[in-house]
Amino acid sequence: MIRACSVSDLPEGEAVRLAGPVPVSVFHSEGAYYALDDTCSHQDASLADGWIEGCYVECPLHAARFDLRTGAPDCLPAKNAVRTYPVVVADGVIYVDTEARQEVA
Amino acid sequence: MRTVAVVGTSLAGLRAAQELRAQGFDGRLVMIGAEPPYDRPPLSKDFLLGKVSAGDIALAGQDDLDALAAEWHLGVRAEKLGREGVTVGDGTTIAADGYVIATGAVARTLDAARNLDGVHTLRSLEDAIALKRALAAGPSSVVVIGAGFIGAEVASACRLLGHDVSVIEAMPVPLAAVLGARMGAVCGELHAENDVRLSAGVPVAGFTGTGRVTGVRLADGREIRADLVVAGVGARPATEWLTGSGLAVDDGVLVDSGCVTANPRVIAVGDVARYRCPLRGVRIRAEHWTAAGEQPGVAVANLLAGSTVTHFARHGYFWSDQYGRRLQFAGVATEDVRIVEGDVASKRFVATYHRGDVPTGVFAIDSPRPFTKLRRAL
Repeated sequence: MIRACSVSDLPEGEAVRLAGPVPVSVFHSEGAYYALDDTCSHQDASLADGWIEGCYVECPLHAARFDLRTGAPDCLPAKNAVRTYPVVVADGVIYVDTEARQEVA
Repeated sequence: MRTVAVVGTSLAGLRAAQELRAQGFDGRLVMIGAEPPYDRPPLSKDFLLGKVSAGDIALAGQDDLDALAAEWHLGVRAEKLGREGVTVGDGTTIAADGYVIATGAVARTLDAARNLDGVHTLRSLEDAIALKRALAAGPSSVVVIGAGFIGAEVASACRLLGHDVSVIEAMPVPLAAVLGARMGAVCGELHAENDVRLSAGVPVAGFTGTGRVTGVRLADGREIRADLVVAGVGARPATEWLTGSGLAVDDGVLVDSGCVTANPRVIAVGDVARYRCPLRGVRIRAEHWTAAGEQPGVAVANLLAGSTVTHFARHGYFWSDQYGRRLQFAGVATEDVRIVEGDVASKRFVATYHRGDVPTGVFAIDSPRPFTKLRRAL
């Protein structure tokens, strides 16, 4: 379980990138938090820089959309899902359980 | 509508097929194309650099293709569209109730380079494989003609591979027609900063060499030695096969703002379509990946409705990778350019274009997050 940030540091519609061997990003959309692999499955781009709308994030480079709930791509050019991770919020702090990699959709 | 024939199986054709099924068309779907669907943007970038292979750039896996439940005629070109249907290269004629024209564009070539080895263009996977092979042979001097996006990306890839590279551009400022003079000049600087010589404002007069190219002659009398030349001088829409079809063709298939021709049973999408852009009020061909990806959703809805019920009114967006930097542009350039983040000298910035108080476009280098927000606000 790694600490992402405090709730107050991640406003609605924003994302935070957690550096690491496999960067993970936490997204805040419509009141919920989601954690996904940060790197787009199509080409090297950070999904944290993307456009968050409803339960989707659109890659900032080539506009592939991923479902924040499942990591599944919704349109070209992405063909493969990105991994998702459980998010826990406790005492105003957001944590990501990076050990529990969830199987791709 | 019982049968729809999609002519052209690159991005726009594939997307049209996906949209037909997604929008409930359950009839016979016929796909006609010279090549299976693959992604072209990497050809001038990561493919030349050896970072991705031909297999990596397929636009759809076999499962995705199977899910379309389509009848595929690949490796053939459409030769004619007439009352009886589409006639393909092997002489077969396929009759349909609806037609999607998605034949794209072909690279323009230079007449003076005809019958001369060592002069390449880059549009298809086959072109990219040939260019990659020629680069592997170790040319001593590469000349790229045209400093547009393809030319600049090829120059960048060749430089990153360690080659000696020169770029020749006929216009005084590269990319000015797309990005405006100021940002075009900024892009032009990228070449010199990466030890690539850019000669702008000088048209090419011809080539030297017999059988095989040895140099490029410029209009100002200079001659640049070259044993490999890449001409990135644009593309023309692939419309020859529509001669006699009755469809209006003028630098592309003329369609309305919903990508529908004068015949509501025929739509055109992607590079081949010259549509009436509601945002600009003129007809344009939007020769970009995103347009080829997004137009089919609109066009197919109109085809299935039998008339134009929805319009393609999205701002154009495209990207380019040059010398390790990411360039992104959306909207329309004007001369009123404002730097809103970063600074131009460091080549990491965001610029917006304005008409009066209205933002019309955004251009950024290595700044995807602010770019995306501004693009969405257009």
